Amino acid sequence: MAATTPQKKPAKGPKPRNPAWHRLSRAFRLYVSRAQIAGAALLAVLGFAATIQVQALRTDDEFASANKPQLIQMLDGLQQRTRRLEAEIGELEQAKSDLVSGADRTRTAVEQAQSRAETLGILAGTLPAGGPGIRLTISDTQSAVTASLVLNTIEELRDAGAESIEVNDRVRVVAGSYVLDGQGGILVDGTLIPPPYTIDAIGETRTLATAMRIPGGVVDEVSQKGGLVAVLERPSIQIDSLHRPAAPRYARPAPENSGTDN
Amino acid sequence: MIATIGLFVGVIVGLLLQPSVPLWLQPYLPIAVVAALDAVFGGLRALVDGIFDDRVFVVSFIGNVLVAAVIVYLGDQLGVGAQLSTGVVVVLGIRIFSNMAAIRRRLFKA
Repeated sequence: MAATTPQKKPAKGPKPRNPAWHRLSRAFRLYVSRAQIAGAALLAVLGFAATIQVQALRTDDEFASANKPQLIQMLDGLQQRTRRLEAEIGELEQAKSDLVSGADRTRTAVEQAQSRAETLGILAGTLPAGGPGIRLTISDTQSAVTASLVLNTIEELRDAGAESIEVNDRVRVVAGSYVLDGQGGILVDGTLIPPPYTIDAIGETRTLATAMRIPGGVVDEVSQKGGLVAVLERPSIQIDSLHRPAAPRYARPAPENSGTDN
Repeated sequence: MIATIGLFVGVIVGLLLQPSVPLWLQPYLPIAVVAALDAVFGGLRALVDGIFDDRVFVVSFIGNVLVAAVIVYLGDQLGVGAQLSTGVVVVLGIRIFSNMAAIRRRLFKA
């Protein structure tokens, strides 16, 4: 359609070759002419238009060519998908909060169990204990101190609130501990303890010391029998000996809701 | 040469600016681009034939674009926009191919 009117007869090329090639190569040579500038302007417009059209199609090619029912269908599908995904989000949030609270509960339970285990371990003598307390040393030069006297002392310490008691850094005194007279000393839980007897007790220092020293108390009693008692108040006492618990042979945990009458 | 540079400048400007096509232009732009392509190939054929004229080229370029736009507009008004656009694209495609064939014959004598 362009150039239906022959106007510009090109000069014949110097070589007797195809004049079409000559014209083409001359057009692609760098020179300024009205034809070149017009072509440049129009081709720039064409390139620009083609580029932005391609870009526009690339951005929304799915919707540009869709008609109304298709768009409505797409919108409907998207809304359904949105609802489904929102429901899924809700479920996942629920699961997440369940898991988080479950983890919290588990952690709290573990912490409580640990602190209980520590408390019980100190009470049962299965864990080393440390803290303020007193050190009671009973010197017995005349073999006058008997097991019952030592037991009495231990009872007095317990009355005064001793939380952990140890004899001669060797035997932990627990609920089931027993004290017997033995050859050359006393037997505590089957272990022979020779005098002097050293009893460590963890508790409130002042109370324990006062309980030992009250008139008619342990100090008085041992002194009457011919022994000698030294009470040392210590800010820190370490009790390292452990009691090895044996499983009870007869006692069983009772069901919590069982009555007291059987 | 300058014309080729113009083409590249247009493409690069389009890529850099990335303008969005105005809504009223959206139905016409694709057909207009194809019509302009047809004009460009016609011009190329005229160039190879040695009968290129810049005035004719400009007029045919603009005329092609306008006619394409009018046809699309008319088709939209008549309710046959899609079919008419297809028809225009087919016709222009055939013209581009025939121009290309003429150029090839001129250049390669084949």
